[in-house]
Amino acid sequence: MSGPIHIRSDETFTLNVGPQHPATHGVLRVKMEMDGEYIVKAETVLGYIHRMHELMGENRTYPQVLPNLSRLDYLGAMGYTHAHVLAIERAASIEVPERAEYIRVLMVELNRISSHLFWFGAFVMDLGGFTPLMYAIEDREHILDLMEAVTGSRLTYCYFRFGGLYNDVDDDFINATRAVIPRLRKSLKKYDALVTGNIIFRKRLEGIGPISAEMCRKYGATGPVARGAGLDFDVRKNEPYSVYSEFDFDIPVYHECDSLARYNVRMDEMEQSLRIIEQALDKLPEGPIMPKKKPKLIKPPKGDYYQAVETARGSFGIRIVSDGTKNAYRFKLRSPTYSNMSLFDEACEGMMIMDALAMMGSLDLVIPEIDR
Amino acid sequence: MIKDTIKQAFLDLLPDPEPIIEEPVVEAAANDTAEDGKKKKAVKKEEPPRVNGVLECDHAAHGYDIDVQLEPGELLAAVMILDKNDFFLESITGVDWIKEKQLESVYDFSRYDFDQCRVVIRTRTPRDNPNIPTISKIYPGANWHERETHDFFGIKFEGHPHLIPLLLPEDADFHPLLKDFKP
Repeated sequence: MSGPIHIRSDETFTLNVGPQHPATHGVLRVKMEMDGEYIVKAETVLGYIHRMHELMGENRTYPQVLPNLSRLDYLGAMGYTHAHVLAIERAASIEVPERAEYIRVLMVELNRISSHLFWFGAFVMDLGGFTPLMYAIEDREHILDLMEAVTGSRLTYCYFRFGGLYNDVDDDFINATRAVIPRLRKSLKKYDALVTGNIIFRKRLEGIGPISAEMCRKYGATGPVARGAGLDFDVRKNEPYSVYSEFDFDIPVYHECDSLARYNVRMDEMEQSLRIIEQALDKLPEGPIMPKKKPKLIKPPKGDYYQAVETARGSFGIRIVSDGTKNAYRFKLRSPTYSNMSLFDEACEGMMIMDALAMMGSLDLVIPEIDR
Repeated sequence: MIKDTIKQAFLDLLPDPEPIIEEPVVEAAANDTAEDGKKKKAVKKEEPPRVNGVLECDHAAHGYDIDVQLEPGELLAAVMILDKNDFFLESITGVDWIKEKQLESVYDFSRYDFDQCRVVIRTRTPRDNPNIPTISKIYPGANWHERETHDFFGIKFEGHPHLIPLLLPEDADFHPLLKDFKP
């Protein structure tokens, strides 16, 4: 038989994670240089699902490009279309009726919970626990049913219009939403008891995958990644848009900078979203959902406009450079996971591969949103 | 207020410290006759490109507070000011001003703070030889954004450590967001 294999201590090998890999939840590829189980250097390779939404934004009219926005992030699509309508309303000075604003917030927060629920399930599945995914998907299904009845779609919503909404909510929706809130509260307690205290789960996350506040700043990370690093930053609070300033809610912040902190931020955020939904239902004013006066053709005056919103994944921004015509001269999408993912290469250096994959899960990646 | 600090720092940096007051564009022409309106429109079309300088913007109307246009040579000094004041890099992108034969690179900065201040830095470079220094040495996060801008516009970021296609295929030799791009 052959003799013992001699491996030089300085020898490394290249490992491709992806583009088809269950841990990346999409077509993302990370080229890793490995020293045994340890990552020496990582390089993320993007572009496998790049669709050039920015060019489509230039050669379509503003209303035509609205459905594109929900194809960016299939888990939290409502927030992305919200950014687009807000940007156009800012640019073309369109007034929005109060009822429409409240329903928008209601829908965005419902969508945030459904997105976080799915992330929770998928994240725990990445770490080897399959059951929580089933619970999470069942709860998420209730939210999707609610939203489907009003918006007409389950994931890729095109519910908002410039100046208002496509469809008003009815009493059935309001009653059903009120019924779902206690159910979700009960579930959140269940998840906490089932997962958060689990010793295997904690050992995989506690103190692992450090992303410091300074690193967040240098890479422009936002959302739960920044809030897990002790940064009290949420666009809903720091730069209030829509009617968020009228709601009473907290921004969960954790200072541990590890994967568990990012997990805790999202779990607490669901409770805060439920609080917003309750208040929105209580305060929901009567009235129209579309403004009386609305331009037939959307032609924002010449200029440069920026709108940021807080989506489930972080700060999403749209820049519209208008030349006064019905198409945008430049349509820039600033996606949160793009910045959040860009720090992965540096952050995972020297980590063990399974810890790095756990950290990747805690970033809450949605690949079509990175590649746009 | 961070806004005033930053504005002053930029005014000190730029050679021509003349702040430009933003003119309300929509006014006028309301009481004028149709003929006058037409004339005004004709004048507007020949509007010269924006000159360098610091512009304070209305956040409600534009979504940002300070808008700076400067020469590529002044970029690094300006970004260092923002770095010192704890700004984070939101994004980098480009705009193709084909009529003026220029490419513009746009940098968005914001802060993790309740003292909100969004800063936009713009710098223009000739379209036939677009060169802008990289800021990835100051903000490592600029690495991907600059690669993306290079993909879409062909702007060369001098000193960038790894300027290869990021979102486009690795052998891509086209720049799809240029206005004269034909697929």
